[in-house]
Amino acid sequence: MQKFSALSLLRAGLTGHAGWQRQWRSPEPKPTYDVIIVGGGGHGLATAYYLASRYGVKNIAILEKGWIGGGNTGRNTTIIRSNYLFDESAGIYEHALKLWEGLSQELNYNVMYSPRGVLMLAHNIHDVQSFKRHVHANRLNGIDNEWLSPAECKEFCPPLNVGGSMRYPILGGALQRRGGTARHDAVAWGYARAADALGVDIIENCEVTGIRRAPTGEVVGVDTTRGSINAKRIGVVAAGSTSTVMNMAGVRLPLESFPLQALVSEPVKPIFPCVVMSNTIHAYISQSDKGEMVIGAGTDVYTSYTQRGGLHIVNHTLDAICELVPAFRRLRMLRNWGGIVDVTPDRSPIVAKTPVSGLYVNCGWGTGGFKATPGSGEVFASTIAKDEPNKINAPFTIERFRDGAVIDEAAAAAVAH
Amino acid sequence: MLLINCPYCGPRPEAEFVNGGQAHIARPADPMSLTDDEWAAYLYMRDNTKGLHHERWRHANGCGRFFNASRDTTTDIIKRTYRMGERPEAEHQGAKP
Repeated sequence: MQKFSALSLLRAGLTGHAGWQRQWRSPEPKPTYDVIIVGGGGHGLATAYYLASRYGVKNIAILEKGWIGGGNTGRNTTIIRSNYLFDESAGIYEHALKLWEGLSQELNYNVMYSPRGVLMLAHNIHDVQSFKRHVHANRLNGIDNEWLSPAECKEFCPPLNVGGSMRYPILGGALQRRGGTARHDAVAWGYARAADALGVDIIENCEVTGIRRAPTGEVVGVDTTRGSINAKRIGVVAAGSTSTVMNMAGVRLPLESFPLQALVSEPVKPIFPCVVMSNTIHAYISQSDKGEMVIGAGTDVYTSYTQRGGLHIVNHTLDAICELVPAFRRLRMLRNWGGIVDVTPDRSPIVAKTPVSGLYVNCGWGTGGFKATPGSGEVFASTIAKDEPNKINAPFTIERFRDGAVIDEAAAAAVAH
Repeated sequence: MLLINCPYCGPRPEAEFVNGGQAHIARPADPMSLTDDEWAAYLYMRDNTKGLHHERWRHANGCGRFFNASRDTTTDIIKRTYRMGERPEAEHQGAKP
């Protein structure tokens, strides 16, 4: 692997940038692997990377039906935070945040993690009480989160409309300073490059069409559009398509797939210093390094696989943003798009073994999976390598719905998160 | 925004409706006789169909009534709407009445 450094960049700059190599191979699938990962998004690539780097599994393939990072990894609004209410969620999201902090160095690839702060605004008494509860719960879990008065919100993020004539005025906010953003494509590419260097085969344009099982029930391989491939362990990390893939093995999951939309404005000079989220009036906004305002909208109310959503959903979010930041009323939007997110009834993920021996699933990240990418991959790799969950993902089973041990972040956040 | 044909009121914009999730899931007649797995399946497991999907809608800002729709989740085209108590058409494979 070509090592990146300031020196290598300088040398390439002086020699006309002629020496850059391909950053990962494009191999033909082998007949047999130790582990197959279905899905080449951020979570799948991270899983393969940690399997190879931390858990000593060498013969790994990632099967991706399109191109790596072309699904929700390349479509989300790149928000990173770990200020979740329940201990189980705090555990897995904080595990991810700690990995984000050293990820560029670990991968030798700049993922542009930017801890610029995530400010969650409160607009009514319920919000104030709920967010203060979150602040206290987070602190008990050793996670930074602090309460800001409206004036402090204004100081932290000057473009906000504080004290104006908003229908739902800003009554304060919860700020996680270690929260922020990262460059989504770089996350996929960084993990791909590092995994490839450890011998992982990344096989694109390879759609899984069947999961083969022995008469005794355990998995023995997959059928794909590029032929059959054998493996005794298969990890499915397919986001919105998880139900479809798992049906091939006869496993039903408590998932529904919805379109979630995002959009970006024309690029402008730096104006917005942090990430602002407002669950109550439904606005999620930050500014990319290119200058575009990156805006997250909501899901449609019906299940769909179309990767687009209704325009009224986007409109609703822009209404809220025009109230929050009146200066943005003259901004033009460049483009919008949708991704298919897989949502569980309690809005917490499933990272677990399945009833089928050798088959593992990592799904249900819903509308907020990007922030968890490193942590999700690391605990899923551990689960596959050891054939048992580690203590961080042990609560995130399929059986929690049967046993009444749900991790109800849906109720805690009152909206999708 | 979808244009949804309410069987009682005719075509109206999606904003008048709320979605009620997968249709034709009957509440078990005797919940106490079910295993935990069967009860969890009733409460939480869904087909999440890619293709023709039958779902409930309620015309909340209209007549207020529930009805069902058969919609292709790969195109969002609604093939048919029908009243509660009716079954999806026989040619619609994948229907689970």
